[in-house]
Amino acid sequence: MVAPGHNSESVTQKISSIVLERPIMLGWLGGFTVAFGLLMMLNIAIGWLLIKGVGVWGINIPVAWGFAIVNFVWWIGIGHAGTFISAILLLLHQDWRTSINRFAESMTLFAVACAGMFPLLHLGRPWVFYWLLPYPDTMGLWPQWRSPLVWDVFAVGTYLTVSLIFWYVGMVPDLATMRDRAIRRPVQLVYGIIALGWRGSARHWKRFHAAYLLLAGLATPLVLSVHSVVSLDFAVAMVPGWHSTIFPPYFVAGAIFSGFAMVLTLAVPIRKFYGLQDFITIRHLENCAKIMLATGLMVAHGYITEGFMSWYSDDKFDIYMTLNRIFGPYAPAYWLLILCNVIVPQAIWFKKIRTNPAILFVIALLVNVGMWTERFVIVVTSLHRDFLPSAWGIYDATQWDWMTLLGSFGLFLSLLFLFLRVLPAISIAEMRTLIREQKEASK
Amino acid sequence: MRQNLYGLMAEFAKSEELLRAAQGAYQAGYRKMDAYSPSQVDGVAEAIGFTKTRVPLVVLIGGIIGAVTGYGMQYYSAVRDYPLNVGGRPLHSWPAFVPITFEFTVLFAAFAALIGMLAMNRLPNPYHPVFNTPEFRLASQTRFFLCLEASDTQFDLQSTRHFLESLGPLAIHEVEL
Repeated sequence: MVAPGHNSESVTQKISSIVLERPIMLGWLGGFTVAFGLLMMLNIAIGWLLIKGVGVWGINIPVAWGFAIVNFVWWIGIGHAGTFISAILLLLHQDWRTSINRFAESMTLFAVACAGMFPLLHLGRPWVFYWLLPYPDTMGLWPQWRSPLVWDVFAVGTYLTVSLIFWYVGMVPDLATMRDRAIRRPVQLVYGIIALGWRGSARHWKRFHAAYLLLAGLATPLVLSVHSVVSLDFAVAMVPGWHSTIFPPYFVAGAIFSGFAMVLTLAVPIRKFYGLQDFITIRHLENCAKIMLATGLMVAHGYITEGFMSWYSDDKFDIYMTLNRIFGPYAPAYWLLILCNVIVPQAIWFKKIRTNPAILFVIALLVNVGMWTERFVIVVTSLHRDFLPSAWGIYDATQWDWMTLLGSFGLFLSLLFLFLRVLPAISIAEMRTLIREQKEASK
Repeated sequence: MRQNLYGLMAEFAKSEELLRAAQGAYQAGYRKMDAYSPSQVDGVAEAIGFTKTRVPLVVLIGGIIGAVTGYGMQYYSAVRDYPLNVGGRPLHSWPAFVPITFEFTVLFAAFAALIGMLAMNRLPNPYHPVFNTPEFRLASQTRFFLCLEASDTQFDLQSTRHFLESLGPLAIHEVEL
């Protein structure tokens, strides 16, 4: 799990030195500059959107959901792997999660932040987003509790809040380590404040672990519920291609699938550039790849079931929707998703491939593309030709759509670069426990 | 006895030594003490007499309050405060209220876990006497500490120091207030 020859001192030193001692490298600076540039592009795109309205995007009737919702579902799906790794694998005593949980949780937070932005921008008047919340307004009105769109507000809001609490609580002991290892006074002060005065007391540790395990237990049903609620945004509607009972489990599997793809996309370069091969070993990558393969097969099963159900329903609108996906104007997107999500991941069956970081990185990137395309197909092909041919239409994304999508990468990557620079990317306290247990086991 | 003494702190290199020392101190009759370690050491909290934490109870209460609040809010607004007939659905359409009730349960329970854990640990607490010992920096890194506090009735600078020495520590530090 951890390369031999490490003890608690070397682990502490190695992980904290990335933040405290390593100078700002050219690679980091270059990466951050690109990410920050994209973030600025996002600002421009949002600014223009706020000035002109949602008409700058390609959305119209019949396709009113477009990129904003595709991006929302994609980003929030990516978040799920972080919670899966940090909560479910913790409760299942999968010790290998220790060295990747911190950055996977950070990935979750940043992905959910990107996700949350899109439905708000899609509101048309984002500045009155608070109308979605229950508050005593002058009209005496309340949110419509029977609407999945309102459920979504609470599901995503809770998810972001609980993920943030879980992430921060888990980091407090490490922040104390950073405080005690920091050399310069201002750095000591900042870590000292956010470490809350943690001193590693045995009583504190006991309460800390009780709280941490309970938070993991609370986050676990969120992994299943958030994307289920997101899928209900679709499944509760009558539109062919959306109105389907398989959506919640199929969305959850897809979320974990795309999330692990993003974990691999990030873990492979990070372990290389920061020399963390001792902690994020080939075994970690292999395990992530296996989960990606398993959830990928579940997603493939979802595609097959969707096709079968539309044939079995004998509903002509549903059958047309399926044929339109496969052969219609958006057929290239459909075949791209089949290629990326169903065919490419099959390579992971071979041990040679799943132990090769470079190839895994490429597969993971393709899965990311495939899962984005899947959401595009679900949103756009279902809406653009539903019941009445006279109401059919074609959806085209505008440059502002693309700028917002690429800009959200900028937001995600900027946050990630800053995280790697200022916070310990691997849980030091948990690594110390892991090494102690490993030593005891080998005795 | 000196007025400005918080306690005597023994420094250990290994977690097993800390565990043995904590058990020994408790057996010798010391009660006001605390053990400090860079990561959790199983059994140490129990060894110094801290066997039960009420964090789970607080989280349970938080969850129950969340569930009642979430459901109550929906019931009150949809049935009492502003009844609105939407497509002939019943006003009290409880299955549709389940998702938000669940989210409130989780949200309140998570806040209870965070606030409950911090409050019972008396955190945030930027100043504590143990930080006056320069070597205590290592408590968050590699070393393990056992601090016998001067407020313990059995505490005596000479005899307590002798006792700590018998546990075989790397060093003994006087912790000042």
